[in-house]
Amino acid sequence: MATLKRTIGFWISIVLALILFVVVQVLISGEILNSFYVNTLFFMVINIILAVSLHLIIGITGQFSIGHAGFFAVGAYASAIMTMKLQMPFALALLVGGVAAAVAGLLIGIPSLRLKGDYLAIATLGFGEIVRISLLNIEYVGGASGMTVTHLTTWPWVFACLLITIIVIANFTNSTHGRACISIREDEIAADSMGINTTYYKVVAFVIGSFFAGIAGGLYAHHFYIIQPTNFGFLKSFDILIFVVLGGLGSMSGAVIAAILLTIVSTFLQDYPETRMIIYSIILILVMLYRPKGLLGTKEVTSFFKLRRAVQGGIGNDNKNTVA
Amino acid sequence: MTTRTPLLKAEHVGIQFGGLKALSDVNMELNKGELVGLIGPNGAGKTTFFNLLTGVYEPTEGSIVLDNEKLNGLPPYKITRKGISRTFQNIRLFGELSVLDNVKVAYHSLARHSILSSIFRLPSHFSGEKEIEEKAVEFLKIFKLEHVMDEKAKNLPYGQQRRLEIARALAAHPKLLLLDEPAAGMNPQETKELMSLIAFIREKFDLTILLIEHDMSLVMGICERIYVLDHGQLIAHGTPEEVRNNPKVIEAYLGEEVS
Ligand SMILES: Nc1ncnc2c1ncn2[C@@H]1O[C@H](COP(=O)(O)OP(=O)(O)O)[C@@H](O)[C@H]1O
Ligand SMILES: [Mg+2]
Repeated sequence: MATLKRTIGFWISIVLALILFVVVQVLISGEILNSFYVNTLFFMVINIILAVSLHLIIGITGQFSIGHAGFFAVGAYASAIMTMKLQMPFALALLVGGVAAAVAGLLIGIPSLRLKGDYLAIATLGFGEIVRISLLNIEYVGGASGMTVTHLTTWPWVFACLLITIIVIANFTNSTHGRACISIREDEIAADSMGINTTYYKVVAFVIGSFFAGIAGGLYAHHFYIIQPTNFGFLKSFDILIFVVLGGLGSMSGAVIAAILLTIVSTFLQDYPETRMIIYSIILILVMLYRPKGLLGTKEVTSFFKLRRAVQGGIGNDNKNTVA
Repeated sequence: MTTRTPLLKAEHVGIQFGGLKALSDVNMELNKGELVGLIGPNGAGKTTFFNLLTGVYEPTEGSIVLDNEKLNGLPPYKITRKGISRTFQNIRLFGELSVLDNVKVAYHSLARHSILSSIFRLPSHFSGEKEIEEKAVEFLKIFKLEHVMDEKAKNLPYGQQRRLEIARALAAHPKLLLLDEPAAGMNPQETKELMSLIAFIREKFDLTILLIEHDMSLVMGICERIYVLDHGQLIAHGTPEEVRNNPKVIEAYLGEEVS
């Protein structure tokens, strides 16, 4: 019974997704959407991919990574090098961007995730800055003036990457592997004592999240004609973090909705970056006051339709540090 | 009745936190099928001893051997897989997960389907998940928790949370089960039910159990042997009768009442 409902839910989602794809494609081909809207839409989808990938790391596994833009940057530059310097096809470039970011994630993740505590936050914060500053100083990729990149990102690419990201992360989450990650978020010591290899799962979640941030980077690089280190600073990491926190730690649909809303807000405030930060802050304060668990708390949109049993949850806390 | 096959052997075990010697020279031997008590006043080092057995901390001295395998230095998850699982003095459930999912986590190490098979939803994912689900539901039935299996663990009443924690520890199929003050915070009726539950699971799962209890009278009834810790050292060991009349034990417990 539950399986049947889940299967129906799955196919409904697929059909809705296909309709969305076709409608947007028609709007773009018919030039009904002007380039401003197309830009915003692509940027929105890239932000959703970033939000969902960070959601796996923070919302599901409970590991605070605050340098997600670093992996985004690695993906963007690696894929741009593939197409611009090595004349490789776009598909391969995207993949290489993802893999490069995943490798970076592995290198950062293994030493910092072996330890209990907030080492990952510090390591990722440092990593984001190191990436940005290194890019500023590497002439091969244009230094501060950046790298010009051909426009290759089209709606089918953007849409396919979004769909794959969501399916992969949702499937991972709704399995014994995702449950292992959630158990780490809920209580790492108890997870350990249940036979979960906590370091392994923290690294796996972190690497998968980094991979998709890299894919988002590839899409981004080949859409905006030029990439510069300043696009990937701490403020970008902060933006992505806000999507996840605002959406409700532990809710993928929450992160998606937050990414959509905040992309719209920030697009309208593009010319007033200070105002944007003020409005972001006000939104955050309001959310903390009225919906301290984020927009959706720990629920998924589907759970409102009772299509599936909600398995996720928020950040547990209580007696995490002393073992009694 | 019990054939004396040794299961766990702790020899000269000790640990130091900075300058504080929390445990020193603890020797303990548990035989298969035994139900043994570990008692002592607050701060005696009972929980710390569990933390050493389960690998949360590595002993700074001595050795711990389970079924002829040395456990020192193994990470906690490996020790669990070798056959020791535990409950915690302050309940540590996965609060936001459902009751069923809490038990499913314990079955994780049995899962044979890979991460890739789950991501691509291959047949092995479905069969693997189905197997875990069936086993977990079956298990909850034994503990009379199947009617609350979709509740979030944190929403259960206290007594059921304790029961779920024991169920979860058992689902990890241990040879040795460590219970850290399972009766803490329970009323007399709940305590009585808990004690019969402990006797029941020991029979049913052919287990060896080491039970920490602060309240001496409680363990007297059900344990065959009792170890007494005070200030990080074993001060007595024997049958309930022997321990009850041991002057050192009486002093340790009296001392606690005064302070
Ligand atoms: N991680 C730790 N760091 C420092 N001291 C500790 C640590 N864990 C336990 N202790 C100390 O070890 C002693 C024994 O504690 P514990 O094992 O919890 O006692 P019990 O469970 O018998 O009440 C206490 O003095 C406690 O403060
Ligand atoms: Mg204790």
